[in-house]
Amino acid sequence: MDIREKIARRAALELSNGEFVNLGFGMPTAVPNFLPKGIQVTLQSENGCLMMGPTPYVGEADPDNANAGGQPITLLPGASIFDLCESFTIIRGGHVNTAILGGLEVDQEGNIANWAKNAANGDFSPGMGGAMDLVRGAQKIVCTLQHNDKKGESKVLKKCKLAITGRGVVDVIISEKAVFHVIDGGLVLIEKDPSLSLEDLEACTEAEFAVSPNLKDYRMSGINA
Amino acid sequence: MNKVVGIDQVIKKICDGATIFLGGFLGVGSPLKCIEKLAVSGKKDLTIISEVSGMPGGSFDMAILFKNRQVKKIITSHIGTCPELLEEYQAGRLEVELYPMGTWAEKVRAAGAGLGGVLTPTGVGTLVEEGKQKLTINGKEYLLELPLAAEFAFIKGYRGDKIGNIEYRGVSINCNKVIATAAKYTIAEVNEIVEIGEIDPNRVGTPGIYVNAVVQGNKFDEHVQVFNQRWDAIGQLKKK
Repeated sequence: MDIREKIARRAALELSNGEFVNLGFGMPTAVPNFLPKGIQVTLQSENGCLMMGPTPYVGEADPDNANAGGQPITLLPGASIFDLCESFTIIRGGHVNTAILGGLEVDQEGNIANWAKNAANGDFSPGMGGAMDLVRGAQKIVCTLQHNDKKGESKVLKKCKLAITGRGVVDVIISEKAVFHVIDGGLVLIEKDPSLSLEDLEACTEAEFAVSPNLKDYRMSGINA
Repeated sequence: MNKVVGIDQVIKKICDGATIFLGGFLGVGSPLKCIEKLAVSGKKDLTIISEVSGMPGGSFDMAILFKNRQVKKIITSHIGTCPELLEEYQAGRLEVELYPMGTWAEKVRAAGAGLGGVLTPTGVGTLVEEGKQKLTINGKEYLLELPLAAEFAFIKGYRGDKIGNIEYRGVSINCNKVIATAAKYTIAEVNEIVEIGEIDPNRVGTPGIYVNAVVQGNKFDEHVQVFNQRWDAIGQLKKK
């Protein structure tokens, strides 16, 4: 299975029935495809709607309805629309239950970095968009990311190297290799890919972590959960 | 009082170096006709204040202003979608001032609502707090963010009447509603200009008190066509 699908299937298990959810771009947008049976959530789009529906057909797009990526959307029965200030009242005011974000880096203190790149490499930073407000406001923050970069370096760090999006805000870290909870400023491993030993995981993870007494095999919605 | 005017009349009021709010979110809810005329006018050294930047893929909405090198600074939350903007930025010709999106919104709201600033927890412990006053309220840290105003705001509505009441449609209301409150001179581009009384008061999103000029944008059927063609061209619509 593709790593991104694997992570999305695991992230789907973080959602409870009836939740209001905001999904970041990238891997998180695939999460609704894998919701467990009986789980329905309402998606919020930070440009101003609740209950967005599927992409419209050619010639049938409403020019005034799009998602936070500028892509056309439909609205489901029960949808609501609102302006920017209201949208961030919802986000910053603590009304969103869960936000699932992609991370460039995450660390053992629950810091997440997902907007600024390393200028020393000649990369520019596109800006934080709504992510800084989301990590401050949503009740639960789930950070999804690949465990290691292309060179094999850990992205689950002792301390983020890139400029952070929020300090101590992450509750759950999901990579394709492991799932950690951030508890009292430290990581607790709660699930790991059964093909890896604990030593394997420690070897590819820079962050220090404790191991839950209830450590489980990595779960995926629609596969083993 | 009839606020309906031609776009050219409005553009004449704008000087080089002006600060301008542009409504819209990645092109949706953008005052497309006014931007076209602003591009033709050649006004330069503009400061653009917008929630995010242009529609992904470029060659749409505000992209032309960057292509023409008319913008010296942008105040926004995100610049990654508009290739023309990025080219200017990477060439060192464009200054970028970034705020978290919710902070951007509240700064504008503060300006429009006569507030001296807002306290937000967003950005505490990050680069965003640099140079800002930090206050602790009930044991929690907040940043003081100051008001953000401009000389002009170009907003985009669905219908507008002659006294400047504006009705919005769908998600395209986005930042249009708040920027209308925070400029010295607000121009509303609409798909339909209607008589006074034709907009149900319950449907007025921006009351005419904020609006100085109402201009005709694409008629509604053209508006539908423009976006459907654009989204189809960049593969954003489902094929039947």
